[in-house]
Amino acid sequence: MKARIRKIVTIVEETRREMDREITPPTRRAAAIAVIDNPFAGRYVEDLAELIDIGEELGQLLASRAVAALGIDGAHAESYGKAAAVGENGELEHAAAILHPKLGAPVRKALAKGAALIPSSKKRGGPALDIPLGHKDAAFVRSHFDGMEVRLSDAPRANEIMVAVAITDSGRPLPRVGGLTKEEIKGTDGLR
Amino acid sequence: MPQVELRKRVIIVEDIFHEGGPVAATPYRRGAILSVIKNPFAGRYVEDIAGFSKDLEPLGLEMAEALIEALGGAAGIEGYGKGAIIGSAGEIEHGALWHAPGGYAMREALGGALAIVPSAKKVAGPGARLDVPITHKDASYVRSHFDAIEIGITDAPRADEMLLALAMTVGARVHDRAGGLKAKDIKAKDGLR
Repeated sequence: MKARIRKIVTIVEETRREMDREITPPTRRAAAIAVIDNPFAGRYVEDLAELIDIGEELGQLLASRAVAALGIDGAHAESYGKAAAVGENGELEHAAAILHPKLGAPVRKALAKGAALIPSSKKRGGPALDIPLGHKDAAFVRSHFDGMEVRLSDAPRANEIMVAVAITDSGRPLPRVGGLTKEEIKGTDGLR
Repeated sequence: MPQVELRKRVIIVEDIFHEGGPVAATPYRRGAILSVIKNPFAGRYVEDIAGFSKDLEPLGLEMAEALIEALGGAAGIEGYGKGAIIGSAGEIEHGALWHAPGGYAMREALGGALAIVPSAKKVAGPGARLDVPITHKDASYVRSHFDAIEIGITDAPRADEMLLALAMTVGARVHDRAGGLKAKDIKAKDGLR
């Protein structure tokens, strides 16, 4: 393991009722969050390769933790998202290095597919991350546009990075604003 | 008495590998389960509420069992705590209804526990955070197990809801070294030492 991990947190959320209506089956989403040392905290480093590799490692670890927390087969996941918060001694580019070059491939592998872009957000500071969510095979599926807030009371510390992957087995609890539905997905271009 | 209407459930599990010191051979594990239910007494003063405690017993047991499963089984669990956040149309007394069903559910699901279950509660709006205190389940004075876990849900509790929480831990704080009674020295069987 390249990453020095201080803690891993998983959060599973299950919605059973909304506006006095029963949600059957309940909508479920999980986030797995790792808090790691930022190897480049406090100085400017040109080559971010180490963080890029850490991103790959965390993609695999966090996706498998989130899928396990949902208790589903990865292929049954429906939407996903990712996010990172860099502690105050780091820079936004550190979050970009973790999230963008290599984190996605192992996430898709854990879910059997994943034709769509993985929506993402990043920030320096804290304490909460809003992880954007979109359907994993067709970004335009409107029922699955969502976000999941996660926060840890003690992270990220100044020299840390907090990295999150969120995975769901469903969309919003009561979707009714139209648009492309999951039944209409072609799933080839990642959009529709 | 009113039935328990569950809107949402959240499970949080933390594995703590280190906190700046040596990496633990077995990570310290801390977890909480939260249920968001309708507050049947919201918006008015109701004198006779005590019976709702009884109605919460099955929910408490279900929550304790789900949390134990998420933490890897009852055998490793050494610490516990509970808490409640009551939505703004309720009162703190409604939170007190959670004391008996929350505590006894954990004792039952853990196959017995001697210490009082530490707790915290408040009235607050959606997104509020609560620090749920944690102590050793068999002896309150075990210093290595004094801890807390912060919990909360972005969209809960709404005004007419209550958020009920149970917390459990596996092991002592990751770099425990503040002395005091150790878990291995518990002997009084009085829930304290």
